[in-house]
Amino acid sequence: MHALVGENGAGKSTLMKILYGMQKPDEGTITVGGEQVTFAGPADAIARGIGMVHQHFMLADNLTVLENVVLGSEKLHGIGGGARKKILEISERYGLNVRPDALVEDLGVADRQRVEILKVLYRGARTLILDEPTAVLVPQEVDALFDNLRELKSEGLSVIFISHKLGEVLSVADDITVIRRGTTVGTAVPAETTPRQLAELMVGSELPTPETAESTVTDRPVLTVDKLRLEAEGGRAVLDDITFTIHAGEVLGLAGVEGNGQTELIEALIGLKHADSGTISLGEEEITPWPTRRRREHGVGYIPEDRHRHGLLLEAPLWENRILGHVTERPNAKGFWLDPKSAQADTRRIVEEYDVRTPGIDVTAASLSGGNQQKLIVGREMSHQPKFLIAAHPTRGVDVGAQAQIWDQIREARREGLAVLLISADLDELIGLSDTLRVIYNGRLVADADPATITPEELGSAMTGAASGHLEHHESGEDQAR
Amino acid sequence: MKKFDKERALLAVAGPVIALVAAILLTSVVLIASGKNPFEPYRLMLEQAGFSDIQVLIVNQASMYYLAALAVAIGFRMNLFNIGVDGQYRLAAMITAVVGAHVALPSALQIPFLLIIGALTGAFWSGIAGVLKVTRGVSEVVATIMLNSIATSLIGYLTLSDNFGVQVGNNMTTGEMKESGWVPGIDLGPEVGEIYGLVFLAIAMGVVYWIVLNRTRFGFDLRATGASETAAAASGVDAKRMVLTAMLISGAVAGLSGLPLLLGDAHTYSLSFPTGLGFTGITIALLGRNNPVGIAFAALLVAFLDKASPALDYAVPVAYEKEIATIMQGLIVFAVVIAYEAVRQWGLRRQQKRVGAELAAAAATNDSAQKEVAAR
Repeated sequence: MHALVGENGAGKSTLMKILYGMQKPDEGTITVGGEQVTFAGPADAIARGIGMVHQHFMLADNLTVLENVVLGSEKLHGIGGGARKKILEISERYGLNVRPDALVEDLGVADRQRVEILKVLYRGARTLILDEPTAVLVPQEVDALFDNLRELKSEGLSVIFISHKLGEVLSVADDITVIRRGTTVGTAVPAETTPRQLAELMVGSELPTPETAESTVTDRPVLTVDKLRLEAEGGRAVLDDITFTIHAGEVLGLAGVEGNGQTELIEALIGLKHADSGTISLGEEEITPWPTRRRREHGVGYIPEDRHRHGLLLEAPLWENRILGHVTERPNAKGFWLDPKSAQADTRRIVEEYDVRTPGIDVTAASLSGGNQQKLIVGREMSHQPKFLIAAHPTRGVDVGAQAQIWDQIREARREGLAVLLISADLDELIGLSDTLRVIYNGRLVADADPATITPEELGSAMTGAASGHLEHHESGEDQAR
Repeated sequence: MKKFDKERALLAVAGPVIALVAAILLTSVVLIASGKNPFEPYRLMLEQAGFSDIQVLIVNQASMYYLAALAVAIGFRMNLFNIGVDGQYRLAAMITAVVGAHVALPSALQIPFLLIIGALTGAFWSGIAGVLKVTRGVSEVVATIMLNSIATSLIGYLTLSDNFGVQVGNNMTTGEMKESGWVPGIDLGPEVGEIYGLVFLAIAMGVVYWIVLNRTRFGFDLRATGASETAAAASGVDAKRMVLTAMLISGAVAGLSGLPLLLGDAHTYSLSFPTGLGFTGITIALLGRNNPVGIAFAALLVAFLDKASPALDYAVPVAYEKEIATIMQGLIVFAVVIAYEAVRQWGLRRQQKRVGAELAAAAATNDSAQKEVAAR
C-alpha cells in the first residue's frame, strides 16, 4: 500500500491521471509489472490491471449496484446471473459487503465508495488508485475502508492512495512518496516518521503555526444566534437549538466532521436559507428575515467553503470578481450605476496588498491558483470593513505562504474588533486561531472547549459524538479519538 | 495587462469565423453531393447584395431579427432559454395591431403608446413562463414552447371575424391601423424602397442592452447569475426575482420585435405576417455571442441569406434551390455551438498556462525576494 501525499495543487491528481491514461506524460515512462507501457486512454490502463476510484463518485443514482457495476463491461460476465455471482464473489472475498440489488441512490457515501472499489475489481484491476478516499468519510467509515484495503493487500493487490491527512497515511501505508510542485521531494517509511516531519516535507519549510497572541475579546456582542432551527424538506431538523454569541474581537471556532450542519449554519447566517425558528441578530438589530444582500451590506463578510461555487465567477476577470457580493457598495457602484474604473483601481490595490500573484486584473479568476483566488476573496471581504466574518475553511487548498498571510489577516481584523465564525476541518488551525471553541454534531452544538488547553484528539472525540458538554483537558489524555 | 484583453477579443472573433467557414464548407459539401457547383450560389447571392433594393430588404429584416435576438440574448445571459420569443412576438404584434386599429391618439402619443402595448403584451406572455418557473419550478423551455402554441390558437381565435378579424380578400386581418400610429421610414425612391423608421429603435435597444448589462448593478447581477447561479445567490442576488425580471424584459423586447414591420409597412396583423422570427432569433443570438455588436452582424448575415437567396431560383443559366440558404442557417447553428465551446475551453486553458508561465518567469527573476516572504 503506497501513499502519495502533497499539498493541493502539488500534482497528485495529475500524476494519477497519467497513471490511469487520462492524460499523457510529456516525458518519462511508466512500467507495469516490469514492462514499459504507454496508455492511450483509461481503457488501456484497465487492460493493464489499473483501476481508479475517483474522489467524486461516478455512479448512476437511479440504477442498482449490479447495473452500475456491469455498465460498460457487459462483455465480461454478462448482465444477469453471471455478473451477480461474480459481484457476490468479489464482495465476499474482500469483505466489501455489497448488495447487488440495492439502488445506488439509497446508499450512503461509504457504501457508494465500496461499490466504486468493486467496480474496479470487477474489471480485473490488480492495482487500485484511490483519490482522497477518506475526504468524504467519518472516522468509523475510514477505519472500515482501511480494513477493506488491508484485505485487498493481503490478497496480493496493490493500492495507491492519495491523501493529505497525514495521520491516516502514517497509520495505513507501507511506503510514502511526497510530492511538491510537481516533483518528488522525498520518500518516507511510516514507522520512522512523525506527522510533523511529513508535513514539513510536504510544504518544504518549517510549518507556520496558527497561534493567536493576546486575547482581544470584548464584551460587545456582534452576532447573536438564539435557538436557531432549520428543517430539511420533510421536517427533519438539520440545525436545532443553535445558540451562541460572538463578541467584537472574538474568533469562535466551530469543529465538526463535515456534513453535521456546518453548511446549513453558514447558509442560515448569510441568508441563503431562512430559519424555521429562532433568531439571528447583528449588533442590536435582528436580521433573521433579511435577504442576503441586505446582510452583506450591513457588514457580514463571507469566505465560502467552496470558493468555485460560491465565491467566484471563474470565467470573469478579477475586477468583476472584486465586485461580486458587493455590487451595491462603493467603490463598485455609484447609486444605480456600476463604477468599473474605481472597481478596477481597487482590485489593483487588493492584488498589491494581499499579494495576489497575477499578471493583471483582466485575467479570469480560473487562471489563478487556488491560493491566489482565496487571497483575492479574503481581500475583497476585508475591504468592506465587515463587522462579522464567516470564514469557512479559509485556508483549504491554499499553499503554506498564503495560509500564513490569511491567518495574519484574520488576526489583524480581529484586533480591530471583527467577530469571526471560523469553520475548519484543520483542528490545529481551529485551536490556534480561536478564542472559543464549539463542536457541532448532528446539527447541534454539543460541546465547548477552551482552545488554550484542548488537544486535537480531545476535540476529535467530541466531533464523533463520543463526548459532550464542556471538554476539559485531562493530563492523562484519554485518547478517545484514536 | 492589456494583452489579455486583446487576446479575449481575438478569441471572441475566432469562434464566429471558424463557425462560418465550417458552415460554408459543409454547405459546399451538400452542393457537391447533389451534383451542383459548390461555389456558384455564393457568387449569385453576393451579387444580389449589391442591389440597393435588396439592401433595404436586408436592413429592414435585420432590424426585426436584431430585436428578437436581443430578447433571446437577455435570457441567455442568465442561462434562461426563452424559446417563446416567437409566440411573444406574434401575440404582441397582433394585440398592437388591434389596439392601433381602435385607438386614435395624436402621432406623438400613439406611437409610444403602441410600442408600450407591444412590450407589455410580450412581457405578459413571457411572464407567465417566468411565474411558473419561480413558483412551481416549471422549466421555462417547456413553458415557453407550450405558450408558443397557445399563442397561435389565441391569435386564431382573436382574429375571427366575430372578434377583431376583418376579412380583406382572401386574407384575414385585424383591420387597418389608424394612420397616426404609422411610423414614417426613410424613403429611398420607388425603385429602392423604404427603410423602416423603427430600425433606429433596434439600434437604440442594442445600446441600451449594452449599457444595462455592463454598466448597471442590475446588469451585473444578471450576468453573475448566468455565470454561476450559486455564486450569485451567495453574493446576494435574489434568484427568483432575477428569473422573473429577466423573463419579463426578454418578453418585452420580443414584443417589440414585430413592430418595425407592423408600424412601418404592414399596418395590420394578418395571416401573412411572418412566423419563426423568434427561432431565427435564437440562431442569431448564438452566432452573435449575446454581444450587441455581434448580434448586429449576425442579424445582417441571416437577413442577407433570407433576402438574397430567392434569386437563386431564377438564376440563369443554372437555377439553384433557394433552400441552400436554409441549409446553411442550420449548419451555422451546429458549427456555432461546437466551435464556441471548443474555442472557449481552449482559451481558458491557454490563459491558465500563460498566467502560470508569466508568474513562473516573475518568480525566477525575484526569487530571493519571494523566499523572504515565504519564510516570514
